[in-house]
Amino acid sequence: MFEAYQLPPPPIVLDAAIGLWRRGLLQQDLLATTARVLEGFVLGSIVAIALATVTGLSARAERALEPTLQALRTVPTLAWAPLLLLWLGIDEPPKVALVAIGAFFPVYVSLVAGITGVDRKLVEVAQVFDLARGEIARRVILPAALPDLLTGMRLGATQAWLFVVVAEFFGSSRGLGFRLTDSQQSTRVDFMFVAIVALAILGKLTDTLIRVVERRVLRWRDTIGVARR
Amino acid sequence: MSRPLIIRELRKRYGDRPVLGGLDVEIAPSEIVAIVGPSGCGKSTVLRLVAGLDTRYHGEIRVGDETICGPHPAVGLVFQEPRLFPWLDVAGNVAFGLHERSSPRAADLVRAALAAVDLAPFGTALPKELSGGMAQRVALARSLVVEPQVLLLDEPFNALDAFTRMRLQDHLLAAWARYRPTLVLVTHDLDEAVYLADRVLVLGERPGRVIDVIPVATPRPRDRRDPALAALRVALLEAVHLERTTAAVA
Ligand SMILES: Nc1ncnc2c1ncn2[C@@H]1O[C@H](COP(=O)(O)OP(=O)(O)OP(=O)(O)O)[C@@H](O)[C@H]1O
Ligand SMILES: [Mg+2]
Repeated sequence: MFEAYQLPPPPIVLDAAIGLWRRGLLQQDLLATTARVLEGFVLGSIVAIALATVTGLSARAERALEPTLQALRTVPTLAWAPLLLLWLGIDEPPKVALVAIGAFFPVYVSLVAGITGVDRKLVEVAQVFDLARGEIARRVILPAALPDLLTGMRLGATQAWLFVVVAEFFGSSRGLGFRLTDSQQSTRVDFMFVAIVALAILGKLTDTLIRVVERRVLRWRDTIGVARR
Repeated sequence: MSRPLIIRELRKRYGDRPVLGGLDVEIAPSEIVAIVGPSGCGKSTVLRLVAGLDTRYHGEIRVGDETICGPHPAVGLVFQEPRLFPWLDVAGNVAFGLHERSSPRAADLVRAALAAVDLAPFGTALPKELSGGMAQRVALARSLVVEPQVLLLDEPFNALDAFTRMRLQDHLLAAWARYRPTLVLVTHDLDEAVYLADRVLVLGERPGRVIDVIPVATPRPRDRRDPALAALRVALLEAVHLERTTAAVA
Protein backbone atom coordinates (compact mmCIF):
# COMPACT_ATOMS: atom_id res chain seq x y z
CA MET A 1 0.00 0.00 0.00
CA PHE A 2 2.73 2.41 1.04
CA GLU A 3 6.23 2.60 -0.40
CA ALA A 4 9.17 2.12 1.96
CA TYR A 5 9.92 5.82 1.82
CA GLN A 6 6.40 6.52 3.04
CA LEU A 7 6.27 3.83 5.72
CA PRO A 8 9.75 2.71 6.66
CA PRO A 9 9.99 -0.82 8.14
CA PRO A 10 10.95 -1.05 11.84
CA PRO A 11 14.66 -1.94 11.32
CA ILE A 12 15.14 1.27 9.35
CA VAL A 13 13.40 3.32 12.02
CA LEU A 14 15.61 1.66 14.64
CA ASP A 15 18.71 2.52 12.59
CA ALA A 16 17.52 6.09 12.33
CA ALA A 17 17.01 6.22 16.09
CA ILE A 18 20.52 4.92 16.70
CA GLY A 19 21.88 7.45 14.26
CA LEU A 20 20.09 10.32 15.99
CA TRP A 21 21.27 9.05 19.36
CA ARG A 22 24.93 8.88 18.22
CA ARG A 23 24.74 12.50 17.14
CA GLY A 24 23.21 13.41 20.51
CA LEU A 25 20.06 14.71 18.87
CA LEU A 26 17.61 12.14 20.17
CA GLN A 27 18.64 12.70 23.79
CA GLN A 28 18.36 16.42 23.26
CA ASP A 29 14.86 16.11 21.78
CA LEU A 30 13.66 13.73 24.47
CA LEU A 31 14.98 15.93 27.22
CA ALA A 32 13.57 19.16 25.79
CA THR A 33 10.11 17.72 25.19
CA THR A 34 9.92 15.89 28.50
CA ALA A 35 10.96 19.01 30.39
CA ARG A 36 8.25 21.06 28.66
CA VAL A 37 5.61 18.46 29.35
CA LEU A 38 6.65 18.15 32.96
CA GLU A 39 6.73 21.88 33.60
CA GLY A 40 3.49 22.55 31.73
CA PHE A 41 1.71 19.64 33.33
CA VAL A 42 2.73 20.63 36.85
CA LEU A 43 1.84 24.27 36.22
CA GLY A 44 -1.50 23.47 34.59
CA SER A 45 -2.43 20.98 37.30
CA ILE A 46 -1.61 23.35 40.13
CA VAL A 47 -3.69 26.14 38.64
CA ALA A 48 -6.50 23.70 37.85
CA ILE A 49 -6.55 22.29 41.37
CA ALA A 50 -6.56 25.74 42.91
CA LEU A 51 -9.35 27.04 40.67
CA ALA A 52 -11.43 23.87 40.86
CA THR A 53 -11.25 23.93 44.64
CA VAL A 54 -12.57 27.46 44.66
CA THR A 55 -15.34 27.01 42.10
CA GLY A 56 -16.24 23.56 43.39
CA LEU A 57 -16.71 24.79 46.94
CA SER A 58 -18.22 28.20 46.38
CA ALA A 59 -21.32 28.73 44.32
CA ARG A 60 -20.46 32.40 44.03
CA ALA A 61 -17.00 31.73 42.60
CA GLU A 62 -18.54 29.21 40.25
CA ARG A 63 -21.00 31.76 38.88
CA ALA A 64 -18.17 34.23 38.41
CA LEU A 65 -15.62 31.97 36.75
CA GLU A 66 -17.43 29.11 35.11
CA PRO A 67 -18.77 30.91 32.00
CA THR A 68 -15.33 32.28 31.14
CA LEU A 69 -13.64 28.95 31.63
CA GLN A 70 -16.23 27.16 29.55
CA ALA A 71 -15.70 29.65 26.75
CA LEU A 72 -11.92 29.31 26.93
CA ARG A 73 -12.25 25.55 26.83
CA THR A 74 -13.75 25.68 23.37
CA VAL A 75 -10.79 27.59 21.91
CA PRO A 76 -8.91 25.19 19.61
CA THR A 77 -5.32 24.36 20.53
CA LEU A 78 -3.91 25.88 17.37
CA ALA A 79 -5.62 29.19 18.08
CA TRP A 80 -3.69 29.55 21.32
CA ALA A 81 -0.27 29.19 19.74
CA PRO A 82 0.09 32.53 17.89
CA LEU A 83 -1.40 34.39 20.82
CA LEU A 84 1.01 32.85 23.29
CA LEU A 85 3.93 33.58 20.98
CA LEU A 86 2.80 37.18 20.86
CA TRP A 87 2.45 37.45 24.62
CA LEU A 88 5.31 35.35 25.89
CA GLY A 89 8.04 35.58 23.24
CA ILE A 90 9.43 32.65 21.32
CA ASP A 91 11.44 30.84 23.99
CA GLU A 92 10.26 28.32 26.50
CA PRO A 93 7.40 30.26 28.19
CA PRO A 94 4.85 30.03 25.35
CA LYS A 95 5.52 26.32 24.89
CA VAL A 96 5.19 25.54 28.58
CA ALA A 97 2.08 27.72 28.71
CA LEU A 98 0.45 25.83 25.85
CA VAL A 99 1.16 22.50 27.54
CA ALA A 100 -0.22 23.93 30.79
CA ILE A 101 -3.43 24.92 29.00
CA GLY A 102 -3.68 21.39 27.64
CA ALA A 103 -3.28 19.87 31.08
CA PHE A 104 -5.46 22.43 32.81
CA PHE A 105 -8.91 21.64 31.44
CA PRO A 106 -9.17 17.90 32.06
CA VAL A 107 -7.84 18.34 35.59
CA TYR A 108 -10.14 21.27 36.27
CA VAL A 109 -13.29 19.70 34.86
CA SER A 110 -12.74 16.35 36.62
CA LEU A 111 -11.99 17.89 39.98
CA VAL A 112 -15.00 20.21 39.88
CA ALA A 113 -17.18 17.22 39.00
CA GLY A 114 -15.58 15.28 41.84
CA ILE A 115 -16.10 18.03 44.39
CA THR A 116 -19.70 18.76 43.47
CA GLY A 117 -20.44 15.04 43.38
CA VAL A 118 -19.28 14.34 46.94
CA ASP A 119 -21.86 12.42 48.94
CA ARG A 120 -23.78 14.84 51.13
CA LYS A 121 -24.09 12.10 53.71
CA LEU A 122 -20.36 12.15 54.39
CA VAL A 123 -20.37 15.93 54.67
CA GLU A 124 -23.16 15.66 57.25
CA VAL A 125 -21.01 13.40 59.40
CA ALA A 126 -18.37 16.13 59.52
CA GLN A 127 -21.03 18.75 60.23
CA VAL A 128 -22.30 16.80 63.21
CA PHE A 129 -18.76 16.92 64.59
CA ASP A 130 -18.99 20.70 64.27
CA LEU A 131 -16.10 20.99 61.83
CA ALA A 132 -15.46 24.35 60.21
CA ARG A 133 -16.06 24.73 56.47
CA GLY A 134 -12.36 24.71 55.67
CA GLU A 135 -11.86 21.57 57.73
CA ILE A 136 -14.73 19.88 55.92
CA ALA A 137 -13.22 20.84 52.57
CA ARG A 138 -9.79 19.56 53.50
CA ARG A 139 -10.76 16.41 55.36
CA VAL A 140 -13.88 15.25 53.54
CA ILE A 141 -14.50 16.90 50.20
CA LEU A 142 -11.00 16.84 48.74
CA PRO A 143 -10.20 13.25 49.75
CA ALA A 144 -13.58 12.16 48.39
CA ALA A 145 -12.82 13.93 45.10
CA LEU A 146 -9.35 12.44 44.83
CA PRO A 147 -10.34 9.63 42.44
CA ASP A 148 -11.75 12.19 40.02
CA LEU A 149 -8.68 14.36 40.40
CA LEU A 150 -6.41 11.47 39.46
CA THR A 151 -8.56 10.58 36.48
CA GLY A 152 -8.34 14.20 35.42
CA MET A 153 -4.58 14.21 35.83
CA ARG A 154 -4.26 11.14 33.64
CA LEU A 155 -6.29 12.81 30.91
CA GLY A 156 -4.33 16.00 31.51
CA ALA A 157 -1.03 14.21 31.02
CA THR A 158 -2.25 12.76 27.74
CA GLN A 159 -3.31 16.22 26.63
CA ALA A 160 0.06 17.62 27.69
CA TRP A 161 1.84 15.25 25.30
CA LEU A 162 -0.48 16.26 22.48
CA PHE A 163 -0.10 19.97 23.12
CA VAL A 164 3.68 19.84 23.40
CA VAL A 165 3.94 18.67 19.81
CA VAL A 166 1.85 21.60 18.64
CA ALA A 167 3.93 23.93 20.82
CA GLU A 168 7.12 22.69 19.23
CA PHE A 169 5.86 23.26 15.70
CA PHE A 170 6.42 26.93 16.31
CA GLY A 171 9.84 28.45 16.60
CA SER A 172 11.75 25.74 18.36
CA SER A 173 15.09 24.17 17.56
CA ARG A 174 14.79 20.99 19.57
CA GLY A 175 12.17 18.58 20.83
CA LEU A 176 10.22 15.73 19.32
CA GLY A 177 7.65 18.08 17.77
CA PHE A 178 10.44 20.05 16.15
CA ARG A 179 12.01 16.81 14.88
CA LEU A 180 8.68 15.91 13.33
CA THR A 181 8.29 19.13 11.32
CA ASP A 182 11.98 19.42 10.58
CA SER A 183 12.16 15.89 9.18
CA GLN A 184 9.04 16.50 7.17
CA GLN A 185 10.72 19.44 5.48
CA SER A 186 13.87 17.44 4.84
CA THR A 187 11.73 14.40 3.91
CA ARG A 188 13.44 12.18 6.47
CA VAL A 189 10.41 9.96 7.03
CA ASP A 190 12.52 7.62 9.17
CA PHE A 191 13.25 10.49 11.58
CA MET A 192 9.57 11.35 11.67
CA PHE A 193 8.83 7.84 12.75
CA VAL A 194 11.50 7.97 15.44
CA ALA A 195 9.77 11.04 16.86
CA ILE A 196 6.31 9.45 16.66
CA VAL A 197 7.41 6.22 18.33
CA ALA A 198 9.24 8.19 21.03
CA LEU A 199 6.09 10.25 21.71
CA ALA A 200 3.97 7.12 21.92
CA ILE A 201 6.38 5.47 24.35
CA LEU A 202 6.66 8.56 26.56
CA GLY A 203 2.91 9.06 26.59
CA LYS A 204 2.34 5.48 27.58
CA LEU A 205 5.01 5.68 30.27
CA THR A 206 3.42 8.74 31.82
CA ASP A 207 0.03 7.08 31.83
CA THR A 208 1.43 3.97 33.48
CA LEU A 209 3.21 6.06 36.07
CA ILE A 210 0.04 7.91 37.05
CA ARG A 211 -1.87 4.63 37.14
CA VAL A 212 0.65 3.23 39.58
CA VAL A 213 0.28 6.29 41.79
CA GLU A 214 -3.49 6.00 41.44
CA ARG A 215 -3.50 2.39 42.53
CA ARG A 216 -1.35 3.22 45.53
CA VAL A 217 -3.29 6.26 46.64
CA LEU A 218 -6.74 4.80 46.01
CA ARG A 219 -6.15 1.48 47.71
CA TRP A 220 -9.16 2.27 49.89
CA ARG A 221 -11.57 2.21 46.97
CA ASP A 222 -14.11 -0.54 46.85
CA THR A 223 -14.72 -0.79 43.12
CA ILE A 224 -14.49 -3.45 40.47
CA GLY A 225 -11.32 -2.24 38.86
CA VAL A 226 -9.05 0.45 40.21
CA ALA A 227 -6.35 -1.15 38.14
CA ARG A 228 -8.29 -1.56 34.93
CA ARG A 229 -10.08 1.70 34.46
CA MET B 1 -20.44 14.46 82.08
CA SER B 2 -23.88 14.06 80.68
CA ARG B 3 -26.48 16.73 80.15
CA PRO B 4 -30.26 16.76 79.87
CA LEU B 5 -31.94 17.27 76.51
CA ILE B 6 -34.98 19.50 76.57
CA ILE B 7 -37.34 19.85 73.63
CA ARG B 8 -40.26 22.26 73.87
CA GLU B 9 -43.03 22.87 71.38
CA LEU B 10 -40.87 21.71 68.53
CA ARG B 11 -42.46 22.47 65.17
CA LYS B 12 -41.05 21.86 61.75
CA ARG B 13 -42.47 22.08 58.27
CA TYR B 14 -41.16 21.21 54.86
CA GLY B 15 -42.74 23.68 52.48
CA ASP B 16 -46.36 23.92 53.56
CA ARG B 17 -46.40 20.42 55.02
CA PRO B 18 -46.11 20.32 58.82
CA VAL B 19 -43.87 17.45 59.88
CA LEU B 20 -43.57 18.08 63.61
CA GLY B 21 -46.53 19.61 65.38
CA GLY B 22 -45.29 20.70 68.77
CA LEU B 23 -43.09 18.03 70.26
CA ASP B 24 -42.41 18.18 74.00
CA VAL B 25 -39.97 16.01 75.87
CA GLU B 26 -37.42 16.33 78.64
CA ILE B 27 -34.71 13.73 78.79
CA ALA B 28 -32.65 13.40 81.97
CA PRO B 29 -28.84 13.15 81.96
CA SER B 30 -27.71 9.62 81.05
CA GLU B 31 -31.27 8.53 80.40
CA ILE B 32 -31.96 6.22 77.48
CA VAL B 33 -35.05 7.15 75.50
CA ALA B 34 -36.37 5.20 72.54
CA ILE B 35 -38.59 6.80 69.92
CA VAL B 36 -40.99 4.67 67.91
CA GLY B 37 -43.67 5.65 65.45
CA PRO B 38 -44.94 5.08 61.94
CA SER B 39 -42.71 5.72 58.97
CA GLY B 40 -42.65 9.35 57.96
CA CYS B 41 -43.85 10.69 61.32
CA GLY B 42 -40.75 12.80 61.73
CA LYS B 43 -38.41 10.70 63.89
CA SER B 44 -35.32 11.34 61.77
CA THR B 45 -36.33 14.96 61.50
CA VAL B 46 -36.25 15.32 65.30
CA LEU B 47 -32.73 13.87 65.44
CA ARG B 48 -31.50 16.06 62.59
CA LEU B 49 -32.83 19.14 64.34
CA VAL B 50 -31.27 18.19 67.68
CA ALA B 51 -27.97 17.45 65.91
CA GLY B 52 -28.06 20.93 64.40
CA LEU B 53 -28.09 19.73 60.79
CA ASP B 54 -31.20 21.80 60.14
CA THR B 55 -31.80 24.99 62.08
CA ARG B 56 -35.07 26.05 60.50
CA TYR B 57 -37.58 25.09 63.18
CA HIS B 58 -39.85 26.66 65.73
CA GLY B 59 -39.73 25.87 69.42
CA GLU B 60 -36.84 25.15 71.65
CA ILE B 61 -34.08 22.58 71.76
CA ARG B 62 -31.67 22.79 74.64
CA VAL B 63 -28.77 20.70 75.84
CA GLY B 64 -28.31 21.62 79.47
CA ASP B 65 -28.84 25.35 79.32
CA GLU B 66 -27.46 25.81 75.79
CA THR B 67 -29.87 26.36 72.95
CA ILE B 68 -29.15 24.35 69.83
CA CYS B 69 -28.74 26.57 66.79
CA GLY B 70 -26.34 24.43 64.74
CA PRO B 71 -24.03 21.48 65.27
CA HIS B 72 -22.82 21.28 68.85
CA PRO B 73 -19.71 19.39 69.96
CA ALA B 74 -21.64 17.89 72.87
CA VAL B 75 -24.23 16.29 70.59
CA GLY B 76 -23.37 13.20 68.53
CA LEU B 77 -25.43 11.44 65.89
CA VAL B 78 -25.14 7.91 64.57
CA PHE B 79 -26.88 7.68 61.22
CA GLN B 80 -28.95 4.83 59.88
CA GLU B 81 -26.03 3.86 57.62
CA PRO B 82 -22.44 3.68 58.90
CA ARG B 83 -21.27 6.57 56.68
CA LEU B 84 -17.60 5.73 57.21
CA PHE B 85 -14.96 7.65 55.28
CA PRO B 86 -13.72 5.00 52.85
CA TRP B 87 -10.24 6.52 52.55
CA LEU B 88 -9.57 6.33 56.29
CA ASP B 89 -8.84 3.09 58.09
CA VAL B 90 -10.96 2.10 61.05
CA ALA B 91 -8.78 3.94 63.57
CA GLY B 92 -8.75 7.02 61.34
CA ASN B 93 -12.53 6.95 61.12
CA VAL B 94 -12.91 6.61 64.88
CA ALA B 95 -10.46 9.47 65.43
CA PHE B 96 -12.24 11.72 62.92
CA GLY B 97 -13.96 13.97 65.45
CA LEU B 98 -10.98 14.29 67.82
CA HIS B 99 -8.96 17.48 67.91
CA GLU B 100 -5.38 16.28 68.16
CA ARG B 101 -5.62 13.15 66.13
CA SER B 102 -1.93 12.30 66.09
CA SER B 103 -1.35 12.64 69.82
CA PRO B 104 -0.72 9.55 71.97
CA ARG B 105 -3.78 10.51 73.98
CA ALA B 106 -5.92 10.32 70.83
CA ALA B 107 -4.50 6.89 70.10
CA ASP B 108 -5.50 5.76 73.59
CA LEU B 109 -9.00 7.16 73.20
CA VAL B 110 -9.42 5.43 69.84
CA ARG B 111 -8.18 2.16 71.27
CA ALA B 112 -10.62 2.42 74.17
CA ALA B 113 -13.54 3.26 71.87
CA LEU B 114 -12.73 0.34 69.56
CA ALA B 115 -12.50 -1.95 72.57
CA ALA B 116 -15.90 -0.69 73.73
CA VAL B 117 -17.46 -1.96 70.51
CA ASP B 118 -15.35 -5.12 70.53
CA LEU B 119 -13.27 -4.18 67.48
CA ALA B 120 -9.86 -3.75 69.12
CA PRO B 121 -7.89 -5.72 66.49
CA PHE B 122 -9.37 -3.91 63.49
CA GLY B 123 -7.80 -0.46 63.77
CA THR B 124 -5.86 -0.77 60.52
CA ALA B 125 -8.64 -2.34 58.45
CA LEU B 126 -10.27 -0.31 55.68
CA PRO B 127 -14.05 0.21 55.66
CA LYS B 128 -14.37 -1.93 52.53
CA GLU B 129 -13.03 -4.87 54.51
CA LEU B 130 -15.75 -4.69 57.17
CA SER B 131 -19.11 -6.43 57.44
CA GLY B 132 -22.23 -4.27 57.84
CA GLY B 133 -22.37 -4.88 61.59
CA MET B 134 -18.69 -4.09 62.03
CA ALA B 135 -19.04 -0.89 60.04
CA GLN B 136 -21.98 0.18 62.19
CA ARG B 137 -19.92 -0.51 65.32
CA VAL B 138 -17.10 1.65 63.95
CA ALA B 139 -19.65 4.42 63.40
CA LEU B 140 -20.76 4.01 67.00
CA ALA B 141 -17.16 4.15 68.24
CA ARG B 142 -16.57 7.27 66.13
CA SER B 143 -19.44 8.99 67.89
CA LEU B 144 -18.50 7.72 71.34
CA VAL B 145 -14.83 8.65 71.25
CA VAL B 146 -15.55 12.38 71.47
CA GLU B 147 -17.65 11.61 74.57
CA PRO B 148 -20.82 13.42 73.55
CA GLN B 149 -23.13 14.40 76.35
CA VAL B 150 -26.08 13.61 74.15
CA LEU B 151 -25.89 10.77 71.65
CA LEU B 152 -28.60 10.36 69.02
CA LEU B 153 -29.02 7.12 67.10
CA ASP B 154 -31.26 6.84 64.03
CA GLU B 155 -32.27 3.23 63.54
CA PRO B 156 -28.62 2.26 63.79
CA PHE B 157 -29.12 -1.51 63.75
CA ASN B 158 -32.02 -1.72 61.35
CA ALA B 159 -30.20 -3.17 58.38
CA LEU B 160 -28.77 -6.01 60.44
CA ASP B 161 -29.91 -9.54 61.16
CA ALA B 162 -31.47 -10.37 64.54
CA PHE B 163 -28.30 -11.93 65.95
CA THR B 164 -25.99 -9.08 65.06
CA ARG B 165 -28.58 -6.63 66.23
CA MET B 166 -28.79 -8.18 69.69
CA ARG B 167 -25.00 -8.20 69.96
CA LEU B 168 -24.85 -4.56 68.93
CA GLN B 169 -27.54 -3.62 71.44
CA ASP B 170 -25.35 -5.08 74.15
CA HIS B 171 -22.31 -3.26 72.75
CA LEU B 172 -24.32 -0.07 72.87
CA LEU B 173 -25.31 -0.68 76.48
CA ALA B 174 -21.72 -1.44 77.42
CA ALA B 175 -20.53 1.72 75.72
CA TRP B 176 -23.30 3.70 77.36
CA ALA B 177 -22.24 2.30 80.76
CA ARG B 178 -18.72 3.46 80.04
CA TYR B 179 -19.43 6.94 78.63
CA ARG B 180 -22.87 7.58 80.19
CA PRO B 181 -24.26 9.90 77.49
CA THR B 182 -27.89 10.91 77.36
CA LEU B 183 -29.14 8.58 74.67
CA VAL B 184 -31.96 8.99 72.16
CA LEU B 185 -32.58 6.00 69.95
CA VAL B 186 -35.02 5.90 67.06
CA THR B 187 -36.10 2.38 66.22
CA HIS B 188 -38.75 0.33 64.46
CA ASP B 189 -37.99 -2.65 66.65
CA LEU B 190 -40.29 -2.70 69.69
CA ASP B 191 -38.19 -5.40 71.41
CA GLU B 192 -35.17 -3.20 70.99
CA ALA B 193 -37.06 -0.24 72.44
CA VAL B 194 -38.15 -2.01 75.63
CA TYR B 195 -34.82 -3.82 76.05
CA LEU B 196 -32.70 -0.67 75.85
CA ALA B 197 -34.78 2.27 77.00
CA ASP B 198 -35.77 3.82 80.29
CA ARG B 199 -38.70 5.36 78.46
CA VAL B 200 -40.27 4.77 75.10
CA LEU B 201 -41.90 7.67 73.29
CA VAL B 202 -44.59 6.81 70.78
CA LEU B 203 -44.93 9.39 68.04
CA GLY B 204 -48.09 9.91 66.05
CA GLU B 205 -48.04 11.14 62.51
CA ARG B 206 -49.19 14.15 60.55
CA PRO B 207 -47.93 16.18 62.20
CA GLY B 208 -45.53 14.29 64.47
CA ARG B 209 -46.04 14.62 68.23
CA VAL B 210 -45.73 12.45 71.32
CA ILE B 211 -48.92 10.44 71.77
CA ASP B 212 -47.77 8.06 74.44
CA VAL B 213 -44.89 7.53 76.85
CA ILE B 214 -44.16 4.08 78.20
CA PRO B 215 -41.66 3.87 81.06
CA VAL B 216 -39.54 0.75 81.39
CA ALA B 217 -38.66 0.40 85.04
CA THR B 218 -36.84 -2.97 84.83
CA PRO B 219 -33.30 -2.53 86.19
CA ARG B 220 -30.25 -3.34 84.05
CA PRO B 221 -28.83 -5.75 83.12
CA ARG B 222 -32.10 -6.91 81.62
CA ASP B 223 -33.08 -10.35 80.48
CA ARG B 224 -34.60 -10.40 77.02
CA ARG B 225 -36.96 -13.18 78.15
CA ASP B 226 -38.25 -11.17 81.10
CA PRO B 227 -42.09 -11.39 81.07
CA ALA B 228 -42.26 -7.80 82.30
CA LEU B 229 -40.53 -6.66 79.10
CA ALA B 230 -42.86 -8.84 77.03
CA ALA B 231 -45.85 -7.18 78.71
CA LEU B 232 -44.45 -3.74 77.97
CA ARG B 233 -43.91 -4.76 74.39
CA VAL B 234 -47.59 -5.62 74.15
CA ALA B 235 -48.55 -2.27 75.66
CA LEU B 236 -46.26 -0.57 73.16
CA LEU B 237 -47.73 -2.51 70.27
CA GLU B 238 -51.20 -1.43 71.34
CA ALA B 239 -50.13 2.20 71.58
CA VAL B 240 -48.62 2.08 68.09
CA HIS B 241 -51.58 0.17 66.73
CA LEU B 242 -54.10 2.52 68.30
CA GLU B 243 -52.34 5.39 66.57
CA ARG B 244 -52.57 3.50 63.28
CA THR B 245 -56.30 2.87 63.52
CA THR B 246 -57.19 6.38 64.67
CA ALA B 247 -55.02 7.80 61.91
CA ALA B 248 -56.81 5.58 59.41
CA VAL B 249 -60.21 6.79 60.61
CA ALA B 250 -59.18 10.44 60.59
N1 LIG C 1 -35.59 17.27 53.04
C1 LIG C 1 -36.93 17.07 53.04
N2 LIG C 1 -37.72 17.78 52.22
C2 LIG C 1 -39.05 17.61 52.24
N3 LIG C 1 -39.70 16.75 53.02
C3 LIG C 1 -38.98 15.99 53.86
C4 LIG C 1 -37.55 16.11 53.91
N4 LIG C 1 -37.08 15.24 54.83
C5 LIG C 1 -38.16 14.62 55.32
N5 LIG C 1 -39.30 15.05 54.74
C6 LIG C 1 -40.67 14.63 55.06
O1 LIG C 1 -40.85 14.75 56.45
C7 LIG C 1 -41.56 13.67 56.96
C8 LIG C 1 -40.81 13.05 58.11
O2 LIG C 1 -39.61 12.48 57.62
P1 LIG C 1 -38.64 11.67 58.57
O3 LIG C 1 -37.49 11.25 57.76
O4 LIG C 1 -38.36 12.47 59.78
O5 LIG C 1 -39.54 10.44 58.96
P2 LIG C 1 -39.19 9.20 59.88
O6 LIG C 1 -40.15 9.20 61.01
O7 LIG C 1 -37.75 9.19 60.20
O8 LIG C 1 -39.55 7.99 58.91
P3 LIG C 1 -38.84 6.57 58.78
O9 LIG C 1 -39.33 5.78 59.93
O10 LIG C 1 -39.38 6.04 57.49
O11 LIG C 1 -37.37 6.79 58.77
C9 LIG C 1 -41.80 12.70 55.81
O12 LIG C 1 -43.13 12.84 55.40
C10 LIG C 1 -40.88 13.18 54.73
O13 LIG C 1 -41.48 13.02 53.48
MG1 LIG D 1 -36.08 8.00 59.64
